Amino acid sequence: MAFKKRNILPGFGIAMGFTLFYLGLIVLIPLSAIFFKTATLSWSQFWTTVTTPRVLASYRLTFGASLAAAFINVTFGLLVAWVLVRYRFPFRRILDSLVDLPFALPTAVAGMTLTTLFAGTGWFGRYLEPLGIKVAFAPLGVMIALTFIGLPFVVRTVQPVLEDLDREIEEAAASLGANRWQTFTRVLFPQIFPALLTGFALAFARALGEYGSVIFISGNMPMRTEITPLLIITKLEQYDYSGATAIALVMLIASFALLLVINMLQWWSNKRYA
Amino acid sequence: MPESLVLNHQRISINRTVSITESAVVRRILIGIAIGFLVLFLVVPLVAVFVEALKKGIMVYLTAIYEPDTIAAIRLTLLTAAIAVPLNLVFGVAAAWAIAKFEFRGKSLLITLIDLPFAVSPVISGLIFVLIFGMQGLLGPWLADHDIKILFAVPGIVLATIFVTFPFVARELIPVMQSQGREEEEAAMVLGASGFQTFWRVTLPNIKWGLLYGVILCNARAMGEFGAVSVVSGHVRGLTNTMPLHVEILYNEYNFVAAFAVASLLMMLALMTLAAKNFVEGKTRKKSGEDSLPAQEVMTEEEKWS
Repeated sequence: MAFKKRNILPGFGIAMGFTLFYLGLIVLIPLSAIFFKTATLSWSQFWTTVTTPRVLASYRLTFGASLAAAFINVTFGLLVAWVLVRYRFPFRRILDSLVDLPFALPTAVAGMTLTTLFAGTGWFGRYLEPLGIKVAFAPLGVMIALTFIGLPFVVRTVQPVLEDLDREIEEAAASLGANRWQTFTRVLFPQIFPALLTGFALAFARALGEYGSVIFISGNMPMRTEITPLLIITKLEQYDYSGATAIALVMLIASFALLLVINMLQWWSNKRYA
Repeated sequence: MPESLVLNHQRISINRTVSITESAVVRRILIGIAIGFLVLFLVVPLVAVFVEALKKGIMVYLTAIYEPDTIAAIRLTLLTAAIAVPLNLVFGVAAAWAIAKFEFRGKSLLITLIDLPFAVSPVISGLIFVLIFGMQGLLGPWLADHDIKILFAVPGIVLATIFVTFPFVARELIPVMQSQGREEEEAAMVLGASGFQTFWRVTLPNIKWGLLYGVILCNARAMGEFGAVSVVSGHVRGLTNTMPLHVEILYNEYNFVAAFAVASLLMMLALMTLAAKNFVEGKTRKKSGEDSLPAQEVMTEEEKWS
């Protein structure tokens, strides 16, 4: 006769009940409103709404700038994580804590500050504009803002992996005659890669939905520097609720697909480097 | 021969230390680029906020903050956080208790659903409440008949903030509670403690730093949320403006000094959040005894050794 190990701890019913109730009330029911609202549109109405030239232009900017920002963050994030973990230099600890600033700082403050810095009279803009590089009120500014808000993701996913790397593997590579670059590309990089990819996906996902920091610096010109989340707000302000919801559904599907990819990446890297 | 053995060993260890780090030049260049990137993207904006806020002197700065609309915005931000954070705290504890201490089907689905608000754009987080409570929305007409205002009023702002900060406490607590297992609680129960005593005296001391960590992050986001709140607020000065929204309004009115003055308060909040986060991280690290030497210090040990 098998004895099933019984859990003697109390409170499962009430904890689980409250969890499901609160989750449903705050998250699931409100989110389902998107689907119900879109369902009131016919397929052709939906398709026309989400493929007008202005909307398509906003997808291009949002996806393009998010992708570019995520690539910048992968490159510099890996470098920053490497330097913070491997080397010792003055102010290292302060810089390490500051990496989280984009998480802690309200996005509106970030956007406003970056705009002021990169505008024609700003600390950076005054040197860039004579060179013909326009950042504020241009697509480049959108990319800068998205780089700022995505900065911590790659650093914070790669850092713990770098810290846990077994130095003996590097020693083994070196003693077998690999030079430093070979050791990095053939031994270290494959171990960091899943974390790097996860960081990329997280930064990209965050950038796709970002609103606060971008609207200040982008200038919000239709067809040129208008991001998709702003378009949703514009439609709302014109009381075009179904139009706003249709575009929101497209974005929601994109983010859920990314969420799925991120979960699979994490599952893959856990399996590979457990 | 012992002597040649020692020599041999020395040579190997010298080679080893050289080849598992980069040359000094490479190291300096990499450190230089990393510091340059962080200074440009983080330090300069941080400094710029305070420089812009204090551009016209401390008196103008203080006047901008003591302005009635600003005070109202600060008050609303504090009120919103004071409602949203405790609610999400209670939820986080309940969810973590159910998920970490019990086995049930669909657990990973539940965890994914809890994380959902992080995957949703802030604008969409606001939009969903417009769809429910707006005049064209599901409950809009009924609410209007009964003279209840949720959208473009304080309840809407609070709801949107709760949605956006929903996962913070839960996702910090779940791994902490899972790693603790349930032996200690079971021992307490066997020894005759009530459920409440067990939680208060056994579980809570174990999770207090994780809990605090989640609350700090939740609070920072609750006070700083812009996109979602912007959709549901209606932007009525002095009534439905939180601090981030007030910053935007001042900025759009070209009142830059006042905008940056309010922004500097939010920046100080962010810096305090980082400091508190660091403090808590230090506490948890000490507790779990992960005081292993950082990589470079191990290296210098080896260098000394060779």
